[in-house]
Amino acid sequence: MKIFPLGDSAVTIDLGNLISEALNLKILAMSQWILERPVHGLRDVITAYSSLTLLYNPLEVTSKQYSHSTAYEIMRSLLEQAYREAPAKITQAGEPKQIPVCYDESFGPDLQRISEEKQLSRQAIIQLHSERTYRVYMIGFLPGFAYMGETNALLHMPRKSRPLPVMAGSIGITGKQTGIYPLDSPGGWHIIGRTPVKQFDPMAEAPVMLQPGDLVRFYPITSEAFYQGPWKKHRDPCNGAD
Amino acid sequence: MSISVVKAGLLDSIQDMGRYGYGKWGINAGGVMDAFAARVANMLVGNCSGEPLLEIHFPGPQILFEQNALVSICGADFSPMVNDEYIPLWKPVVVRRNTVLHFPKLNRGARCYLAVHGGFCVDQWLGSGGTHLRAGAGGWKGRPLKKGDELSFKENTVYFSGLLKEDRIVRALPWRADIKNTYHHAHEVFVLPGNEWDVLSLPSKSHFLENNFMIHPSSDRMGYHLKGLPLAMDHELELVSSGVEYGTIQLLPDRQLIVLMADHQTTGGYPRVAHVISAHLPKLAQLRPSECIRFIMTDMVTAERLLAEQHRELQVLQRACLDHLNELVC
Repeated sequence: MKIFPLGDSAVTIDLGNLISEALNLKILAMSQWILERPVHGLRDVITAYSSLTLLYNPLEVTSKQYSHSTAYEIMRSLLEQAYREAPAKITQAGEPKQIPVCYDESFGPDLQRISEEKQLSRQAIIQLHSERTYRVYMIGFLPGFAYMGETNALLHMPRKSRPLPVMAGSIGITGKQTGIYPLDSPGGWHIIGRTPVKQFDPMAEAPVMLQPGDLVRFYPITSEAFYQGPWKKHRDPCNGAD
Repeated sequence: MSISVVKAGLLDSIQDMGRYGYGKWGINAGGVMDAFAARVANMLVGNCSGEPLLEIHFPGPQILFEQNALVSICGADFSPMVNDEYIPLWKPVVVRRNTVLHFPKLNRGARCYLAVHGGFCVDQWLGSGGTHLRAGAGGWKGRPLKKGDELSFKENTVYFSGLLKEDRIVRALPWRADIKNTYHHAHEVFVLPGNEWDVLSLPSKSHFLENNFMIHPSSDRMGYHLKGLPLAMDHELELVSSGVEYGTIQLLPDRQLIVLMADHQTTGGYPRVAHVISAHLPKLAQLRPSECIRFIMTDMVTAERLLAEQHRELQVLQRACLDHLNELVC
């Protein structure tokens, strides 16, 4: 365990720089522990694989203190306390969320190449990807981008050497991870399919579909089903605001 | 309506002090790049310092005032003019209606802020009126301003109209913000060591501290790419993604540095060499592509002290501005 400053307005606790369910559960439990308390000057809590970062306003953190501690020392001791007192894990998520994926070539442009590189049939790759239940370790990179793991070892592969344009809803794999691109974006993951279910809707009450700690299961659908739904439709973000 | 956009600029977006609390969803804080200039702009016209306002890049927009307004422009100097009259920066200015604000020439700085007394009517999204450009939400319809947009003021500012002499289109009020302390030594940026600072090779550490880094043209609100001597780590590091912050300086695989700016991602996986201190983010935000930065290592106590001093200056300014404005309208 290591606690270190991230400049003068953030502090990180790292439990081991690993993709590990046990460490991630502890991180989520610490996040919950901290958010249940009023912490003067706390702006945000960022949970990641094995780390938690507090963003804070140093002026507010020290304004209620009579000691001469720096804001960093105050936030650091909060993290130490959270580490000691938070339980080892949060209550495990319920049933996996089922996410439909169309693995057709037009939606998964990299599937054929992976099939050739890995000497696996397309069907085998779809089977390997959709037979597992994944855990959401963290949300980052883009609004609502869920980092999920772990994929079957047969599907492990390095990132692309350079990012390429990716469509919203695309399902990618890299390393031991799989994820869903919530928005059109450049991306370095290998794209094997696409979901018609909107992952990010700024105007929805909960703009993001998946939360850290959620369980996820993908299931294959045909392109007819992809287009016909009924899925939550993609919406032009400019509509409604006008 | 209160202002209308006659011609859009490069990137004019409504911003505030950031949207905090949604990092768990991957939603970054965003907000103004230069929080000092933005706060001063608001204070000069009697607003709360965090009121959403317009962040303007060069080339700037042309904006028609459809009613009289008390405004201020702070930050970069794009030689703002109302019709054919220059108006001063860092000062409250009364502007007559049916005039056009434009920015003919870039003198210095990278972005300026236009505040209007009372503030603009904007969309709130997740507790903030700033524009989240990636998500397409908040601020002005979730996007930069474009030609034909008409933004309303929250308050009618008619009671400042009496300050305009009949034959004049603008009147600068007789006080201004003192900004020397925040922007002096414009190219010297104080940093704190990052978690991977010690993994930088010894020669790279001296390069980092002794050489200039040039801001690359590809820099934007997400990050400043820096061009300098390539840096190296003592050994390869595999980092899993974790939280990053405005001002985090990462070493990219091409051995060049990037400084994360206001629209940075919530998480990242590159080595964190150092972090720009909060008090120096405003001057960093005013440096332009092809300008150079020199990094100077400091410590946490100094970083927090400089931020507190900057904050105290702003508090004094806010009080003075309110007093001046009250005298004028009472």
